[in-house]
Order: sequence, then C-alpha cells, then structure tokens
Amino acid sequence: MTAPPIRTQQTNSRSSSRFRRTPLILLLVFLLVLLAGIAVDEPARVLEQARSVCVSCIGIG
Amino acid sequence: MERLRFWVQALWFFFSNGYWAFPASGTLYQGPLKVLCSPGLNCYSCPAATTFCPIGSLQQLLLGVHLALQNGQAYVGSYVLGCMGLLGTICGRLICGWACPFGLIQEMLYRIPSPKVAVHGKLIWGKYLVLLVLVVLLPLMVVSDFGVGLPWFCKFLCPVGTLEAGIPMLLLMPDLRSAVGVLYLYKLCVLALVLIWSVAAFRPFCRTLCPLGAFYGLFNRVSLIRLKFNADNCTKCGACHRVCPVDIRVDQLPNSGECIRCLRCCTGACQSNALSVEIAGYVWQIMRHPSDRPCAKRGCL
Repeated sequence: MTAPPIRTQQTNSRSSSRFRRTPLILLLVFLLVLLAGIAVDEPARVLEQARSVCVSCIGIG
Repeated sequence: MERLRFWVQALWFFFSNGYWAFPASGTLYQGPLKVLCSPGLNCYSCPAATTFCPIGSLQQLLLGVHLALQNGQAYVGSYVLGCMGLLGTICGRLICGWACPFGLIQEMLYRIPSPKVAVHGKLIWGKYLVLLVLVVLLPLMVVSDFGVGLPWFCKFLCPVGTLEAGIPMLLLMPDLRSAVGVLYLYKLCVLALVLIWSVAAFRPFCRTLCPLGAFYGLFNRVSLIRLKFNADNCTKCGACHRVCPVDIRVDQLPNSGECIRCLRCCTGACQSNALSVEIAGYVWQIMRHPSDRPCAKRGCL
C-alpha cells in the first residue's frame, strides 16, 4: 500500500498581496532565545533530565 | 492525502520512539539525540523515546528556576522555548496534524466504529488554561522550602506519560512496582478517560487539554505554513466546514488556532479552488487526487 502522490501547482510566484514580516521577526526572536539557552549551557541540563526517568511525571512517587 | 498524512504520522511516531533496544538494555535511551526537541507531545521517559518532550522539559526547567538562579545557573527554559517557538513559527499546528505521536493514537481510536460526539466549543479554551496554569504558573510559583516546584501537568494530567512511560517502565523495571500508589491509579483513570473519549470524539485531548497544541495554535495565523482562502472563488457551499474534523468555519477563520492542517478542506471538499496552502509566501493549490473524493460527512477517514 503506497501513499498517493500529491500533485501541487504553484499558482503565483509570490503572495502578491504583501510580504509578511511577522514570521521573520518571530523566527529571529526565537532563534535569539534559543541561542541564549545554548550560551548558558541549557542543552546539557535538558539532556541530563531527558536521560533519566522522571518518576513523578509517570505517576510514581 | 489522508493516507499520506497517516504515513507521515507513523514515520514521526517511529522517529520519536526509535530506540527499540530497551528490552535488552533494561533502560531508556541515553544517547545524544535526546538534546533534540520532539515536535509533538512525546514523553522523554518513554524507554523508546529518542528526543525530549518540549512540555516536559520546559516544566522541569521552570520548576527548578529558583534553585538554579540561587546557584548562579541561568536555566530559565530559553533553549526549550526557542525550539518550540521556531517550530511554531514555521509550522504552527501542522505539527499536531502530521507529527504528533499521541495525535496519531487518538486518530486510530477514532476509527473504531461507535456513536460519535462533538467536542463542546467552550472546552477548547481548557488547553490555554492548562498551558498557563499547569505548565507555567504553578511550577514557577508553588515551590518547596528548597526552592523546587512540581511538574504539575506531567504529574497530574498528562496521559502520554502514563501510556508511553508509566506502563512500559513498570514492565521494564520491576523494582518500580513497589512505588505504585494512588497517583498512578489516578493517572491510569485519566488515560482511560482520554482513550475512551478519543473513540467517540476526534482528538479530544489535543482540542481541550494539550498545552503544546495551545502553544502552536498561537502561531497558526502567522506561521510560514498556513492556509490561504480566496473569497472570490468561494461558492459558500459549506463543504469545507462539513469535512473539518475540528469543526472550524474554514471560510471565516482559515487559520484558526484549532486547525491542525489535515488539509481535508483543500483536498476532500472544496471544488472551487478557494483554499490553498501558503508556504513562506508561495501559494500552492493542491490538486485533488482521484482517490480524494469529496467527503460529505464530518470526520470521515
């Protein structure tokens, strides 16, 4: 059983109405937030948490 | 399109839970991939989980903010929030419809033939309350004398942790069984209620209680991938509303925070090309495949 191919058609090269700045600003903001987290070594803390079993999260303890 | 979506969901399910050596190792995955953010709700205490759950990790960081700051560590959840924000800005709730393992489980349950019920419109606000109160405010504000809070959502509400981690970990680690108490039984009841509700209603947890869905929903109007509605082509036939599994008036709110981007309105309903998908400013009209017949009944799969 294979998925049917999806055919797409590009109707116009650019959304003619307006260039949307909001998602670009949001991308930039969240990228900075992400980099701030990396700068304080938060990924190491996240990794440490994710490698252990959170007993209270799974309903034990 | 529905078949393609199912296979994408299944792929993400196995990407997010790809560590199948856990019965031999006797523990959960410990590798470096766990520094990556799972786009959907997927408990990182699941023995097969290969990535971290954004809601679980955010809560763990927020509940320890006071202690971390006292120790001079600025662990305030910015890495996790940054990952979630980037995913939300790019995809919005497309992630819910295409990449969430628990969403797939609920959709599979909904296929069981049974009387179907609608989700009451006011209940959709519950997920925003859960996000604000259980995920952010309570872990931050209710702290012990040591400056540590509780993971309120994970501990008292999340059925994913019980299903993907609680039950498997008890089977995997017999030592944990002695710690089972009232909380575990309560969480089993929550899980059972959600699963039974999922048989009767389409994705009830995602629509009423999921804080990750609430967060991504905030981005639906501005995300790079979103629906585009062309009022000039619309014949007001209402077909898009009839096929929408989450009961949205697509012709009025095509980018509602409830839309999980299943695209049934584009491929299985609209005959007049009034709906298309906009990706980073480019508009794509999805052509219907012969197998995507117009579907008159809400929730048909």
